[in-house]
Amino acid sequence: MPLPISVIQEKATAIRESIIRMLLAAGSGHSAGSLGMADVFAALYFGVLKYDPKQPWWPERDRLLLSNGHICPVLYATLAEAGFFPKEELLTLRKLGSRLQGHPVYRALPGIESTSGSLGQGISVACGMALAAKISGKRHQVYCLMGDGEQDEGQVWEAYCFAGVHRLTHLTVIVDRNNIQSEGYTEDILPLEPFRQKLEAFGWYVLEVDGHDIEGIIKATMEARAIAEKPVVIIAHTIPGKGVEFMEGMASWHAKSPNKEQARVALHELRSLKGKIQYD
Amino acid sequence: MTNLRATRDGFGEAILELAKSDERIIGLTADLTESTRMGEFSRQLPSRFWNVGVSEQNMVGVATGMSIEGFIPFATTYGVFLGRAWDQIRISVCITKANVKLVGTHAGVTVGADGGSAQALEDIAMLRALPNLTIVCPCDAVEAKKATLAIAQMVGPVYLRLSREPSAQVTTLRTPFVLGRAEILNSGKDVSIFACGTMVASALRAAKDLEKEKISVRIINVHTIKPIDKQTILASAKETGAVVVAEEHQMEGGLGSAVAETLALGLPTPMEQVAVAHSFGESGTAEGLLIKYKLTPNDIVRAVKRVLRRKKQKTNATSSKE
Repeated sequence: MPLPISVIQEKATAIRESIIRMLLAAGSGHSAGSLGMADVFAALYFGVLKYDPKQPWWPERDRLLLSNGHICPVLYATLAEAGFFPKEELLTLRKLGSRLQGHPVYRALPGIESTSGSLGQGISVACGMALAAKISGKRHQVYCLMGDGEQDEGQVWEAYCFAGVHRLTHLTVIVDRNNIQSEGYTEDILPLEPFRQKLEAFGWYVLEVDGHDIEGIIKATMEARAIAEKPVVIIAHTIPGKGVEFMEGMASWHAKSPNKEQARVALHELRSLKGKIQYD
Repeated sequence: MTNLRATRDGFGEAILELAKSDERIIGLTADLTESTRMGEFSRQLPSRFWNVGVSEQNMVGVATGMSIEGFIPFATTYGVFLGRAWDQIRISVCITKANVKLVGTHAGVTVGADGGSAQALEDIAMLRALPNLTIVCPCDAVEAKKATLAIAQMVGPVYLRLSREPSAQVTTLRTPFVLGRAEILNSGKDVSIFACGTMVASALRAAKDLEKEKISVRIINVHTIKPIDKQTILASAKETGAVVVAEEHQMEGGLGSAVAETLALGLPTPMEQVAVAHSFGESGTAEGLLIKYKLTPNDIVRAVKRVLRRKKQKTNATSSKE
């Protein structure tokens, strides 16, 4: 039974609250991208992916790789929300001895499918996993999540070219198009547009969604799975910092964590402004 | 020492045999199928072979993904071009402890005519500092075959370093080969020569010349450069009191450094290096380049004489103190 959209929206809010608490406790980390992708993560883990938190390495699970490892607070918060490990552990983020490394490490935690932190590598690993699934006749799907700033890396385009020519339909890429990167706006630093046309030229089928429309995200992933001709990229248009007004759209929050007062305001907003970040 | 064959040829034979008997073996190349001796593999087992194009970074990532799913990928290119994927080797392969076998051919100046850009002289240096990685450099085609089978058996990341140029056969099918264990080929007592790759054959030739001068030479084939066999190095240094290290690599960061670190920390011993001295290679014949870059058996002989003088000075200094 699929969960009602309103329940998934509540999961997204809970993920955002966890992100704020984790980043406050850690004292460093990436706020904007993590909050911006909360709806995509909630949609995937509570509306799309096939997995069993009690058997995290179940061979038939769908795989999700986070190529832009710096937004791992959203991945960790979602995995905890989905029952892969206790939520209390989230507060150990970035601390000595924690399984929640500052950037994800393969299998350090149940549900972490690849090591990332240096941009552009996840998609190649995902290509290898998708190729393995294809030649073994497996039915699971490999999801690779990437940032838009990450598209600056040449390796990403090597991988797009490879997946396109080998028709790796076990692979679905979701790009967080939030228009910011470490030092500013993507179109000011190294313009990505016309992004859609570039992807199509590399042999991909491209879908675009509002990255805060949970129903739309679920529909797009279903559509992506049904496309048998080409691998699919879903460009998810998101607002960095989504859900916390003073962070929304601000490139300055890319690699910053909130202080105690900012976290208090953020958590208050997330609780009281629910109507603003939910659709219908 | 007739029957010249390149280590890459031994690898090519072994990988084909291996892939025929083990369906987990995958072949990948960055557009260097024939040069890396994957040609037969690609023709006989096309469903398990991919030329990923001239894209080393993606190749290393694809290999990682396939290894995570239970395959054993051999990713092949020239040793120098693995430098283009160093960060992928570090993050995707080594931190992950992925079961990826990186194969770099065209090691050393014996690459010849292609010139300096193609001659891997810094590959060991760039990879030796990476945790979790095993580095193997076989001395001849027979040993390359054994090494290929052995690295497929072990679970974990490996760099297999191979040569382009045919070289003398110095081991036989019966010569023992154990990953991580340096093999003593010649048990002399005056000096130890540690060598890898094509330089093992040169060391054996040097030993023959030295024997005529009544110098008893021990030759140790250090096919596994990482993890380095400290026990054999320290034992040989102790027994002979003088060390020469010979390799087709820069003086910095290669086998010479691995031996020097072991000796400095465990048993300081006079040591000389036969290696490329702080320069890139260039075009030429393999033979001409070995002469120019001082990597011949004669250069090893000279290094042995230098180190024996130092050993003597050291012994004299110690005895005069007593």
